[in-house]
Amino acid sequence: MTKLVYFAWVRERIGKGEENIDLPASVKTGADLLRHLKSLGDEYAHALEHEKVIRIAINQEHVEHDEPILGAREIALFPPMTGG
Amino acid sequence: MAGVSAPVIVRVQKDDFDATVEAARLTGGRTDAGAVVSFVGLCRDEGGRLSALELEHYPGMAEAEIGRICQLAIARFSLLGLTAIHRVGKIAPGENIVLVIAVAPHRHAAFDGASFVMDYLKTSAPFWKKEHFADGRDGGWVDAKESDDRAREKWA
Repeated sequence: MTKLVYFAWVRERIGKGEENIDLPASVKTGADLLRHLKSLGDEYAHALEHEKVIRIAINQEHVEHDEPILGAREIALFPPMTGG
Repeated sequence: MAGVSAPVIVRVQKDDFDATVEAARLTGGRTDAGAVVSFVGLCRDEGGRLSALELEHYPGMAEAEIGRICQLAIARFSLLGLTAIHRVGKIAPGENIVLVIAVAPHRHAAFDGASFVMDYLKTSAPFWKKEHFADGRDGGWVDAKESDDRAREKWA
């Protein structure tokens, strides 16, 4: 099981802040994860519609979409940041 | 301050902060500091349109990412101390959102250090702003600005 966490409009569109999910072995990178989640339902498809916009963090550090997710304890998906 | 030549203080909190108290915390007890630059970011009402901003963050990563940014700034500008405090939750126009204080022997390093931390914080620290309109409606999430990306890139 992998813990997924969502923030801001990604969280609102998916309808939950976090979940634990079994990922198929074919899901090897962040980009694979986005494509897999989009197949799970309309709410995921809507939240992750524009894949390039979605930021990914593994174990609370930013990563590129081609980063392998093997062994990740926590993967976060969120929009571009607007703090400060 | 024995053994702590360049303290870094990072906090994410709901409560307000006092910039004067925080600056004194960095400079107290040391005599090598020649410059303190404090930046305070406030909530605007955008011409009366907004009643509040709501700040969401990624607990754990927000603190860690600001800490990483502060360590880069300490190394790059040889700062003597750095504080970064970011508020979360609902913040009304006129209230404080963020505080960055950079301490250095000379002014240029302190100005640059504070500016660098803010430019990186805005684009890399996991915080998101939602607008609440003055008429009670949910104003939606604030879009990231390309100008903020460019501001960060100038340090590359």
